[in-house]
Amino acid sequence: MNETGFLQIFIYLLALLLLSKPLGAYMARVYQDESIVANTWFAVIERGLYRLCGIQAEQDMRWQQYAGALLVFNLLGLLVVYALQTCQDLLPLNPQALPAISTDSALNTAISFATNTNWQGYAGEASMSYLTQMLGLTVQNFLSAASGMAVLVALIRGFSRRNTNSIGNFWVDMTRSTLYILLPLSLLLAVVLVGQGVVQTFDRYATVKLQEPQTYSAPALDADGHAVLDAQGQPLTQTQQSQEQTLALGPAASQIAIKQLGTNGGGFFNANSAHPYENPTPLSNFLEMLAILLIPAALCHTFGFLVGDSRQGWTLLAAMTLVFVALIFVTVPAEQHGNPALTSLGVDQAASNQQPGGNMEGKEARLGIVNSALWAVATTAASNGSVNAMHDSFTPIGGMIPMWLIQLGEVIFGGVGSGLYGMLVFALVAVFIAGLMIGRTPEYLGKKIEAFEMQMAAVIILIPPLLVLGGTALAVMTEAGKASILNPGAHGFSEVLYALSSAGNNNGSAFAGLSANVPFYNYLLGLAMLVSRYGLMIPVLAIAGSLAAKKHVPVGPGTLPTHTPLFAVLLIITVLMVGALTFVPALALGPIVEQLHMHAHP
Amino acid sequence: MTHKALSSSLFDPDLLKQAVWEAFKKLTPQQQWKNPVMFVVYLGSLLTTLLWLQALAGDSEEPAGFILTITIWLWFTVLFANFAEAAAEGRSKAQAAFLRTAKRDIAAKKLDDPRYGSNYTKIAGSNLVKGDVVLIEAGDFVPGDGDVIEGVASVDESAITGESAPVIRESGGDFSSVTGGTRVLSDWLVVRISANPGETFLDRMISMVEGAKRQKTPNEIALTILLVALTLVFLMATATLLPFSLYSVETSGAGRPISITVLVALLVCLIPTTIGGLLSAIGVAGIGRMMQKNVIATSGRAVEAAGDVDVLLLDKTGTITLGNRQAAAFIPAKGISEKQLADAAQLASLTDETPEGRSIVVLAKQKFGLRERDVQSLGATFIHFSAQTRMSGVNLQGRQIRKGAEDAIKQYVTEQGGRFPDEIQKMVVDVARRGSTPLVVADGKQALGVIELKDIVKGGIKERFIELRQMGIKTIMITGDNRLTAAAIAAEAGVDDFLAEATPEAKLALIRQHQADGRLVAMTGDGTNDAPALAQADVAVAMNSGTQAAKEAGNMVDLDSNPTKLIEIVETGKQMLMTRGALTTFSVANDVAKYFAIIPAAFATTYPALNVLNVMGLATPASAILSAVIFNALIIIALIPLALKGIKYRPLGAEKLLQNNLLVYGVGGLLVPFIGIKAIDLVLVTMNLV
Repeated sequence: MNETGFLQIFIYLLALLLLSKPLGAYMARVYQDESIVANTWFAVIERGLYRLCGIQAEQDMRWQQYAGALLVFNLLGLLVVYALQTCQDLLPLNPQALPAISTDSALNTAISFATNTNWQGYAGEASMSYLTQMLGLTVQNFLSAASGMAVLVALIRGFSRRNTNSIGNFWVDMTRSTLYILLPLSLLLAVVLVGQGVVQTFDRYATVKLQEPQTYSAPALDADGHAVLDAQGQPLTQTQQSQEQTLALGPAASQIAIKQLGTNGGGFFNANSAHPYENPTPLSNFLEMLAILLIPAALCHTFGFLVGDSRQGWTLLAAMTLVFVALIFVTVPAEQHGNPALTSLGVDQAASNQQPGGNMEGKEARLGIVNSALWAVATTAASNGSVNAMHDSFTPIGGMIPMWLIQLGEVIFGGVGSGLYGMLVFALVAVFIAGLMIGRTPEYLGKKIEAFEMQMAAVIILIPPLLVLGGTALAVMTEAGKASILNPGAHGFSEVLYALSSAGNNNGSAFAGLSANVPFYNYLLGLAMLVSRYGLMIPVLAIAGSLAAKKHVPVGPGTLPTHTPLFAVLLIITVLMVGALTFVPALALGPIVEQLHMHAHP
Repeated sequence: MTHKALSSSLFDPDLLKQAVWEAFKKLTPQQQWKNPVMFVVYLGSLLTTLLWLQALAGDSEEPAGFILTITIWLWFTVLFANFAEAAAEGRSKAQAAFLRTAKRDIAAKKLDDPRYGSNYTKIAGSNLVKGDVVLIEAGDFVPGDGDVIEGVASVDESAITGESAPVIRESGGDFSSVTGGTRVLSDWLVVRISANPGETFLDRMISMVEGAKRQKTPNEIALTILLVALTLVFLMATATLLPFSLYSVETSGAGRPISITVLVALLVCLIPTTIGGLLSAIGVAGIGRMMQKNVIATSGRAVEAAGDVDVLLLDKTGTITLGNRQAAAFIPAKGISEKQLADAAQLASLTDETPEGRSIVVLAKQKFGLRERDVQSLGATFIHFSAQTRMSGVNLQGRQIRKGAEDAIKQYVTEQGGRFPDEIQKMVVDVARRGSTPLVVADGKQALGVIELKDIVKGGIKERFIELRQMGIKTIMITGDNRLTAAAIAAEAGVDDFLAEATPEAKLALIRQHQADGRLVAMTGDGTNDAPALAQADVAVAMNSGTQAAKEAGNMVDLDSNPTKLIEIVETGKQMLMTRGALTTFSVANDVAKYFAIIPAAFATTYPALNVLNVMGLATPASAILSAVIFNALIIIALIPLALKGIKYRPLGAEKLLQNNLLVYGVGGLLVPFIGIKAIDLVLVTMNLV
C-alpha cells in the first residue's frame, strides 16, 4: 500500500464522519417532529398522504400492532414485485421485449428486494424490463430501507419512552423515512451521478459497430437450442465472429442512487457497480461508496440525539468505525500484496506509476486495488452488497474479510436501520455481561435488561448463524447444492458459505462463482432472506415494546457508563467473539485453508 | 455452637466426602435437565459411551482407547459440576441440620383463657395453630413463633442467633416477639402464637438454607438464557462441521471426515461449561454466605436485589447514633451561674430513670462535684413526665423546678406569671442548630437556662457511609427530630440526606417517591411502625430483636440486629452477580485457545496445512483434543473455591471495576487455557499416555 492508498482511505473516512453528524441531527429532527423550515413543503405532502390513506398519525401503536403493520406492508410489496416480474411481458416499458421471469427466480427476487437484501440471482439487463426495475425493484429499495429505519426508530423509542406500551406509528415512520430522508438524498445523488455519466433513459438498448470485429468460440447449438455434444460427450464449439455490440441502457441512475443510500445493493446491470454505466468515474465511485455507509453512520448520531445523550451515539459509531478500519487494513494489503503463485512466476505485482500492482483479477482497471478493496469492505460492513469488483477473485484472506463482516451479523454499520438495531442488541448483551461483572442488574440507557430482553436478544443473535451454517450444510450435502459449485474444494466451499452468509444476513452481495439462479438456491436463499429479516425485526420490536413499558432508572455512580472507550471496546469484543466463535471452524475449511495452501504451494 | 463457627469450615473433609457421594447421586437425567448447559455434556458423555461400546464391538471411528479416555473425562466434567453444587449445598445442609436441632417437638401449655393464671392443657407444640395462647415458664422452650401479650422474661435465643447472652422479651413495645425453639430462662410469658405449623420462622430458615425452595433469581434466569443461546450457537457450529468435513474430504480427496467423538469433545469444550457447571453453586453459596453473616434471607431474589440498592434508609437512633442522648453542657441564663443551673437540673432529674435523665445527674456530678442527694430525705415530691405537660421535675422546699422542651417550659413560666427571656430562646435555637436537643430548666417563674443533650454519633459510621457512597448508594437518615437537629447530625455522620420529623406515613411516602423515580430502596427497621415501610422497600432487613410484624414485613432478618449489616448484604448481592459475570467472561474467553487446539487436530488428515494454527505445538491430534477436554474439566474444579467464596467486591466505581474484572477474567480467560492445555499436553506426552 502506498501513500495514495492511505490518502484515499483517509479522505473517505473523513468525509463519512463529517457528513454523518449533520445528517444524523437532521434525521433526529425528522423523527421527533420538530418543525424545521425546510420541511414545510414535505409536511404538506405528508399530511396529504395521511388524508389519502386514512392514517391517524397521532395514534401510537403497541409493538404487536407495529409489527403487524410492518409485515402486512412488506408482504404487499413482495407480492407487487413478484407480479410485476411474472407479468412483465404483458406490461409496458419493456423495449427489449424481455420474457416473464420464472417462478422460483421471481419469488427469490421479490423476497430479496422486500427484505433489503438485494441478492440477485438474475442478470438485470438480460431479464428485467424497465418497468419492473423502476416500479418493482426501485420502489422496494426505498420501502425496505424505510422499514429498517422504522424498526430502529421504534427501538430507540423503547429506550427514550417510559411506562408506556406504545412505540410509535409505523405509517408515520415509513412516510417520514421515505419522504424526508431517502427521497431527497437519492434525488441529489442521482442527479450528480447522471452528471458523471451514469445512464438514465427509457430508450431501448443501443447497438454499435465494433472498431474491429471480434472472433470468439461459442458452444454449437442445435435447432432446439441445446448444446451439440461430440462423441466423448463434450460440447462442441464453433468459431463465431461479431461486428457489433449491444449496449444495455435504461433508467439506471435513479435506481443506483437509492441502491447505495438504502444499503440495498441490487445493481441495474448484472456487473453492478463494476459496470461503467453504473459507476463510470473515480468521483462516481467515491460518491457511491460514501452513500453506502452514510445513512447507517448518521443513524448512530440520530440515536444519540433521540436518547438525549449524543455520546451514546458516538460510542456506537466509534465501535463500528474501529472494526471497519481494522478490517480495511487486512483486505487492502491482502489484495495489494498479490498472489505468491504469480510472484514465483516472475510477475511484477508491485504498485508503481505504471500499474496498480497486486491482485487485479476481477477488478476494474479504472478503480484499482484500494478502491475495489475499500468498496468490498464497505459494502459488506453495511448490508449493501453492491460490488465494483469480483469478491470471488480476491485473495482468500481478502475475500474472507468481506464474508466475515457479513457473518458478524451486519452490525458494523449494517443496513440502514437494521445495522444499528442489530448493534443495539449486541450492546444489550455486552451491557448484560458488563453489568454482572460490576455487581449490578444490568441496565442500558436507564432500562433494566432482564430475562425477556435476553430471550429476544438470543433469538436475534441465533437466527443468522443458524441460517448460514445450516443452509451451507444442506447445500454441501445435497447434489442440487453441489451441482452449482464451479470451483470444487476449499474455494467452492467458500462460495457456498458466502452465498448463505449473504442471504442469511440480508447483505445480498455475491461472491460469484456459484450458479445460484437455480430452483435449489433460489428457494433456499429466499427462505434464508425472509427468516433473517423478519425473524430479527419482530423480536427487535418486542424488545422495543418491553423497554418502553419499563420505568427509567436514573444514572448513579454505580451505573455502568455506556459512553466510554471501555464500553466501545467491550462492544467490539462481544461482536467479534460471537462472530469468531461461530464461524471460525467453517472459515478454517474455506478461506483459511485456501490461504495456507496458496502460500504453501506457490 | 454458633453459625459462625459452623460456616467457617468451608472445606471440611466430611462435607467434601458427602459432596463426592452427592455428585454421583445427581447423575440422574431429572437432576441434569435442570441445568441445560450441563445436560448437553451429559448427553455427549452418554453418546461417546455408546460409541466406545460400539468400538469395542469392532465398529470404530476412532481407536477405542481414545474414545474411552475422552468419555471418562466428559463424565468427569459432569461430575465436577455436580460436585460443585453438592459442595455448596453441603455447607447449607449442615447449617440446616443444626437449626433442626432447635426444632425438636416441644410440649406447649395451651391456656384456656388468654391470661396468666388460667388453666392450661399440655399439647404438642406442633399442634399449635395461629391464635392459640400459651404459657411459657422459666426453663420451658418456646413452642412456636408468637407475640408476648403478658409478662416479661429473659430468653436465651442462642439456638437461632448464636448469641449466648439472654435477651429481654416483654409485652407491648418493640421487644414483644419470641421465636420457636428459644428458651425462657427466668420468669414467665403469655404468648399468642402467630404462625401455623410448618410456617414458623425456623421452618422458613431451614427450607431457605437447604435450598429446597430455592428458585432461580431473575438474573440467574436471564443468564441461563444467554448460556443456552451460546450453547446453541456452538451446537450449530460443531454439528455443521460434519457435513462440512464430509464435503472437504470429498473434494480434496484426502483424509477422513471428523469423528463424532471429536465433535462431541469440541462441543463440550466450547459450550460454557465453566459457568454452566458453577452457576447453581454460586447461588447456593451466596445464600450460605449471608447465613455466615447471620442474616437470613427469605429468598435469593432479595439477596440479588440487595446488590442493586440505590437508596438506603437508616433510622437515626440506634443505627447512626448511640441509642441515647446524653447531657453535654449546661448553658445558664443571665444572672445564673452554671453551677446553680446544674444543681437545679440534677434535682429535677434525680428520679428520672431515662438515660437522658441519668446523664444529667452524671454530668452535674462530673462538672461540679454535686453528689446525688437522697431523694427520701429531701421530702420532695417528684413530678413525672406526662404526655400532657411534657415536663418533669421536682417540688421541694417551696421550689418548683421543671425541665422540658422549650414550648412546654415557656408555657409553664408564663402561667406562673414570669417572662420567658429571649436569650433562652436564642440558646435553644443555637443548641438545636448544633444537632443537640435543648432542655429548658425553670424554677418557678424564672427560667434558669438550657441543658444541651447531645446525640453521640457512632464511631466508624462515617467511614461506612463513605464506603456506601463509593458503592453508589445514597444514604438517608430517618429521625423524629426537628429539621435543625436532624441536619446537624446528618452533617456530622456524613449521610447524604435526611428525613426529619418522620412519621410512618412520611417514611412510606419517601420510599414510594424513590421507587417511582426508578430507584431501588433498602431499609432497616425493627418496630411495628416500621412494618409498612419495610413491606414497601425492595430490600427490607428486619432486626431479629424487633417485633414479629417487622420480621414478617422484611425479606431478610438480621440475627445480630446490627443495622449497618446492610453494607455487607449489599456486598454479598454484588458478589453473586460479579462471580457469575466473571465466570461467564472467563468461560467464553477460554474458547479461543480451545479452537486453536482442536481445529487443526480435527482436520489434520484432510487439511494438514491447518497445522499452522497449532500455535501451542501440541504433540499429536489426539493429545491436542484430549488436553483441551481435560483442561475443560479441571478448570471447573479449580474454580470451585472462587464460586463458593465469590469474587471480592471493592467499591471502585463501575468503570474501574469493569476494567479490572475484564483484565483478570477476560484477558486471563484468554491466556490461561493456552498455558493449561500446553501443560496438560506435555504431561500426557511425558507419561506416554498418547
